Amino acid sequence: MLRKDLDIIHNWIAPKTRVLDLGCGDGALLQRLGREKQVSGYGLEIDPEQIQRCVERGVNVVEQNLDQGLGNFGDHSFDTVVMTQALQTLRFPHLVVDEMLRVGRECIITFPNFGQWKARWHLAFSGRMPVSDLLPYEWYDTPNIHFCTFRDFEVLCRQHNWQILHRQVVSESTTAGLLKDFLPNLFGETAIYHLTR
Amino acid sequence: MEPKSHTFPGPFKLACGRVLDEYTLVYETYGTLNADRSNGVLICHALSGHHHAAGYHSLDDKRPGWWDSYIGSGKPIDTNKFYVVAVNNLGGCHGSTGPASINPATGKPWGPDFPPLRARDWVHSQAQLADHLGIEQWAAVVGGSLGGMQAMRWALEYPERLRHCVVIASAMKLSAQNIAFNETARQAITSDPDFRDGRYLEEETLPRHGLAVARMIGHITYLSDDGLGKKFGRELRSGTFEQGVEELVEFQVQSYLRYQGDSFSSSFDPNTYILMTRALDYFDLAREYDHDPVKAFAHARCKFLLVSFTSDWRFAPERSREIADALMHANKAVTYAEVESAMGHDAFLLPNARYENIFAAYMNNVAAEQNNGGGDVA
Repeated sequence: MLRKDLDIIHNWIAPKTRVLDLGCGDGALLQRLGREKQVSGYGLEIDPEQIQRCVERGVNVVEQNLDQGLGNFGDHSFDTVVMTQALQTLRFPHLVVDEMLRVGRECIITFPNFGQWKARWHLAFSGRMPVSDLLPYEWYDTPNIHFCTFRDFEVLCRQHNWQILHRQVVSESTTAGLLKDFLPNLFGETAIYHLTR
Repeated sequence: MEPKSHTFPGPFKLACGRVLDEYTLVYETYGTLNADRSNGVLICHALSGHHHAAGYHSLDDKRPGWWDSYIGSGKPIDTNKFYVVAVNNLGGCHGSTGPASINPATGKPWGPDFPPLRARDWVHSQAQLADHLGIEQWAAVVGGSLGGMQAMRWALEYPERLRHCVVIASAMKLSAQNIAFNETARQAITSDPDFRDGRYLEEETLPRHGLAVARMIGHITYLSDDGLGKKFGRELRSGTFEQGVEELVEFQVQSYLRYQGDSFSSSFDPNTYILMTRALDYFDLAREYDHDPVKAFAHARCKFLLVSFTSDWRFAPERSREIADALMHANKAVTYAEVESAMGHDAFLLPNARYENIFAAYMNNVAAEQNNGGGDVA
């Protein structure tokens, strides 16, 4: 996860709350939330190498495949359910978001924007699926099976009556950083959404 | 290293209501107890285990202790950092008081009159051993299978006395299928004519064959179909399928199982096998907590590491996931890894890179807390 994304999510989570981090990666977010905000919680992850890093950091990590749902968690058993850069890897992203809002009172989701100008340019002019630094996979061998744009995601939110508490768009370069405020779906690389029902 | 033993003066009240006037525990220790006595790690053994968990007793030993892959210098339970205590459980047959010991009231072996034991009896006796060794609080209590059940019971019975609980390939209670396997194994023993209602020592017989069959049944369930297939396939040890030849064939797996059964039955007490399998069957972590594992774990104050193995069908990953779920509901610190392995339940004893890495990383943090003056439970 990029430093910027982490900062934003960190700001949105209240101290001493309970957090469930879906696809928690190396546990950096949970470790920081624990240290700086006394947040308690768990990360769910399926990648053995990432789980190993979580254990090394002393982060609570539970091996669980998100595609099998969150049926083992009770309604509103966490204050916030976080999922960073994993939405596009899920078999049924909309069902997982629905589950996140059942298990948590709020949820925070980040995902890469497939509507960003580089991806559009790549597809429009080379006629091939975009491969970039951020998404370095070939189409046939990628964990990312459900790409969407910011606009697509907001349509999904409206359809399900999910309320957007905050939205923050992140991009790496400074020029794009200024432009993203005007045309986020064209210049934003990553979106961070804070949702509730 | 040498096994040690200590006799504890009773009365020691058991879960069944009976009282032992005194009892002896045999144990081994590896590593050095630090000055503030905070680096103790207790190893709880499984059904057929004992106090000899690591290292060799002599140069003539063919094999090291039963968990030598995971206990020792530079291993996950690093004896350079921890003072490791491995005990032969009460009711065992490797030196601790058990059915093969002499009943002081009669001067004869206890045999079938030895009181039935529960996991909690082991935990209470291990706590007395901790007192004897001057260990107020374990850095970790660790166990696989039935040993994991004891470790969890520790977390509920003595929440102040452990900082970490490591539960490997275990369950909060056995399934009906598991109990069925145990009962079949017990029937194999008790139906051996040499069993003599459990008084075989007095009558100088030994239900060797029954115990061997019991072990063979158990052994099959500790391996996976895949694992057995990879190891033996349909390889023959002797004989031929050629037509016109009457000689029977013997598959490699047959001779392997017989060897396992025979070697076990020459080193294990049949009454102990019955006692241990019953303790396994009776174990139900949450029974006295309204059958609610969340309520049970609410009493725990330690942190938990859980590990299961994909091909383990005797203590399936699902059973460990139930433990993880209950701990998360109870808001306890827990880490859970489901390790890929074709070795079935036995995987918890065998070398496996991912299992070693996770276990080592976790124990490394346990040791680091110690150096940071940690000692408080969460």
